[in-house]
Amino acid sequence: MALESTQTLLSIRHLSTEFTGSGGSLARAVDDVSFDIHPGETLGLVGESGCGKTTTMLSIMRLLPSSGRITSGQILYDGVDLLSLNEREMRRYRWKEMAMIFQSAMNALNPVVTVGDQIREPILQHDLMDHEAADRRVDELLDLVGISKARKDQYPHQYSGGMRQRAMIAMALACRPRILFADEPTTALDVMIQAQVLELLQHVQRELGLSVMLVTHDLGVVAEVSDSVVVMYGGKVAEYGTSDQVYNSPQHPYTQRLLEAFPDLNAPGEVLASIPGYPPRLNDLPPGCRFEPRCDQRIELCSRLSPELEEVTNLDHGSLTSGSKPFLRHLAACHLCTSLEKRQ
Amino acid sequence: MIEESTTPTEPMLQVDQLVKHFPVPQSLWGLLTRRKAAMVRAVDNVSFSIEKGEVLALVGESGCGKTTIARTVIGLEKPTSGQIIFNGHLVDVVARQQHPEFAPLEPGSPGTPEQKVLPFVSLRRLHQKAQMIFQDPYESLDPRATIFDIVAEGLEVNGLARKRSERVEKVQRALDEAGLRPAEDYFWRYPHELSGGQRQRVVIAGAMVMEPDLIVADEPVSMLDVSIRADILNLLRQMRNQRGVSILFITHDMGTVAYFADRVAVMYLGRIVEIGPTRQVLQNPLHPYTQALLSVVPVPNPRLRRKRVILQGETPNPIHIPLYCRFQPRCPRAFERCTLADPSLMQPVRNVSGAVSGGEQHQAACFLLE
Amino acid sequence: MSESWVLIKRNLQEFWRAFHRNKMGILGALLLGSAVLVAVFAPLLTPYLPTDTIRDESGLGMTFASPSVHPPLGTDDAGRDVWTTLVFGARISLSIGFLAGFISMFLGSTLGILAGYFGGWVDNLLMRVTDVMLVIPDLPLMLVLVATVRQLKLNVSPLVILVLVIGLLYWTSTARLIRSQVLSVKERQFVARSRAIGAGHFYIMRKHIIPQVMPLIVANTVLILSTSILVESGLAFLGLGDPTRPSWGAMLNFAFERNAISNNAWWFYLPPGLAIVWVTLGCVMLGNVLEELLNPRLTAHHLEGGENMISRKEANLATRPVNLNRNEPGSIAGERSGG
Repeated sequence: MALESTQTLLSIRHLSTEFTGSGGSLARAVDDVSFDIHPGETLGLVGESGCGKTTTMLSIMRLLPSSGRITSGQILYDGVDLLSLNEREMRRYRWKEMAMIFQSAMNALNPVVTVGDQIREPILQHDLMDHEAADRRVDELLDLVGISKARKDQYPHQYSGGMRQRAMIAMALACRPRILFADEPTTALDVMIQAQVLELLQHVQRELGLSVMLVTHDLGVVAEVSDSVVVMYGGKVAEYGTSDQVYNSPQHPYTQRLLEAFPDLNAPGEVLASIPGYPPRLNDLPPGCRFEPRCDQRIELCSRLSPELEEVTNLDHGSLTSGSKPFLRHLAACHLCTSLEKRQ
Repeated sequence: MIEESTTPTEPMLQVDQLVKHFPVPQSLWGLLTRRKAAMVRAVDNVSFSIEKGEVLALVGESGCGKTTIARTVIGLEKPTSGQIIFNGHLVDVVARQQHPEFAPLEPGSPGTPEQKVLPFVSLRRLHQKAQMIFQDPYESLDPRATIFDIVAEGLEVNGLARKRSERVEKVQRALDEAGLRPAEDYFWRYPHELSGGQRQRVVIAGAMVMEPDLIVADEPVSMLDVSIRADILNLLRQMRNQRGVSILFITHDMGTVAYFADRVAVMYLGRIVEIGPTRQVLQNPLHPYTQALLSVVPVPNPRLRRKRVILQGETPNPIHIPLYCRFQPRCPRAFERCTLADPSLMQPVRNVSGAVSGGEQHQAACFLLE
Repeated sequence: MSESWVLIKRNLQEFWRAFHRNKMGILGALLLGSAVLVAVFAPLLTPYLPTDTIRDESGLGMTFASPSVHPPLGTDDAGRDVWTTLVFGARISLSIGFLAGFISMFLGSTLGILAGYFGGWVDNLLMRVTDVMLVIPDLPLMLVLVATVRQLKLNVSPLVILVLVIGLLYWTSTARLIRSQVLSVKERQFVARSRAIGAGHFYIMRKHIIPQVMPLIVANTVLILSTSILVESGLAFLGLGDPTRPSWGAMLNFAFERNAISNNAWWFYLPPGLAIVWVTLGCVMLGNVLEELLNPRLTAHHLEGGENMISRKEANLATRPVNLNRNEPGSIAGERSGG
């Protein structure tokens, strides 16, 4: 989990994505989202259903469905704005630089192609090496994820659930990407298999110096493996900081409530909190803060003005993290946490 | 009529040596050669009891048999052998199957001790007094039925509340107590118009309208957003407190267990491997499987560093279960005794370091306790 | 109960909203509807009776008079007005088609539901019967049956025989279709819930299975209609209809046998052929659109939920496109499935 350098590998700047619904209605699924991923870092993108986390990930990979459109922002990968590329150029990045694993391996794997062939396919597609070398690479990958080479020629349905997930990871790593996007990779798995897969991910990350962006709703999983955390709500970033900052001193009321809603094994029987109300409808957004209707700490300003993502300041001590290296800053989009002047 | 049992210590539900095996479909050759069919031993000799007003959690990974137990207790599956005793009454379907010479008799009639002591309850009565809440709020409601119809179905099917006004009143009260207010607003809506949390409340209302003694809840919150899980759990808790209904709570999520259950039973491959009061089991797990499970549950606290016992491999197939301890192949603490015999639930003989587990029964099926 | 009326109205409104945008569906409905109207109002649309002989000024019967001489569609070999025959033929063709269609739909649905729900030996038996019937070629079997029944000299109209024969032979594909749908509905959780509550078999079939399967039955019925009409036309063409009450197929039979082709009397054989195509095309178009709209597999809920708060279940987006018509825009981000 160590950050290797302070150089940014992937920088999302003010990304916005819209969906066109039936009847022409527009839904802002992702609104002005910004965060960075550094080499070797694991970033957890957390939120509940409808918050825009999966759409964000798909926007980065530019795999949106036809009704989706990225309307603004930049996606800087190693300095290159991916949004300025055409589809052909973008294809060179997919899988070779950025790869993805999905929630359900059974849906993502082709049932009529052997696992070995599926792992080999992207290698050959990207023209990286000849057939023999590709075969050796497949063996290497299977080794890395802990699948016996003898099972190379089996079909996905002959694998167990955990093994399929491993196969999917092997497939994703085939072209030596530098970033791995994981969409709810362990959600459908038993807790023990989940632990195995997470352990594998961390192992693989250490071995290959990968960055990982983990999209999930499971706060526990994110706490286990992430260096930094982005909490999303209603399409916007609510809070962004290191894992330690977000979990142990959450600033945004949503983050605070969300953490309270998570049962703690060590303190059973405590009253569990819930958040009243429902997430906002993305085609009918309020003018002010999106969390305001459900927030118990709201002030008058919150319903008028949507807060920007800014560094967290504390009434007594000023900015909590100023002076730290840029990637260790703690940001939140809440009037109560940020600049004092706005509040007057 | 089910009468309340007179002895105050009698549990509301007692499951005794329950076994449920599913035959594996045979190939044609197997059929022709009359080979004995392989059996999936989903539930392999399970016994437990639930007191009135108690919440017992049944925890385990997929394939451990917890859902099968739930379905059997509710009457959706017929047990292969074993007994289910509900409020002091033997559930009819089991006895009939195993002992066709039994006929429903008055207690005290000539015959076996069971006939003498335990009156029968038919499956139909069982359905009224034991209700189930399913996991998927999107699938457990008929998309073409109105909320009123869904909640009233239990009444209609069992011939209760025959007058329409009576039915309306009961449905309204059930929806109200489940938190859907004003109830009339929901009567004529369809399930797809409600959110996941609301749908689950409808399911709960549909169960509570029958005023059951037992609720079997199969992963009732695992498909809901975290921020509304607490609402549903609190609602169930309220039902328990106000109406004294017992709850058999099936889940794989240890966190919910910690919050909600009085006692917890951990299952592995069709057997209960540990059972006891929640606090004790969580803080002082006796069985290596429980210890491993608890060590890998993700905790939302990055500062917490604990030793994780990650078991290798996957849960084996419930078709081939060894005659000795079924956890032995993956157990990090197995020793010679473990391959020689099959441990049954026992209490720790030696006093495990520090923690006092006196009083209530905390048992585990492991030779390490001897 | 006023509430159920409100609900029905609401459902119909929602269905109409989806339907009226679909051009093919509207066209199909128009084609079929116009044919039905023509059949119903036949006497109002024809100045003659089907048995009238059209005579010219000299009193001679006009045989094979072309439409230029006797609009709109000329006369046949016996001097009768073709248009009248066509219009009254619509009555025959459509009634036989509809009746036979409904019989096979009813039979097929019932058997399909029973087979699918109960499984076991009921299913086996019905499916083997279906297999046998699917294997035997339809037309020869029907010819044999009709001919045999006729030999029995029962006092039954040949049209009734046609209806029964078609109805009793064409239920098999419907049965298969409904059965497979029932098999999947049976496994759904709300059915299990119903059983857990204590509902009996027939209650579940009535309240839960049939409403789920009904849209498919409706859509399939329209398609079966087209088959029935075609089959009836074929059988009538082969001479198995009632010559005194000709359907379109029978008209084709006459045209063939009475040398309309060699006489170049296209107004005699083209119109009934086109009429058959007209109705069949209408049925097929309407049926396909209905199936699309009403297919339970595509709709977890049968109404478009644009304005409603729904958390959507699956979101494996990279492998499947999102259909925003059915969900609240924006609830796209992943939601987990059960652990």
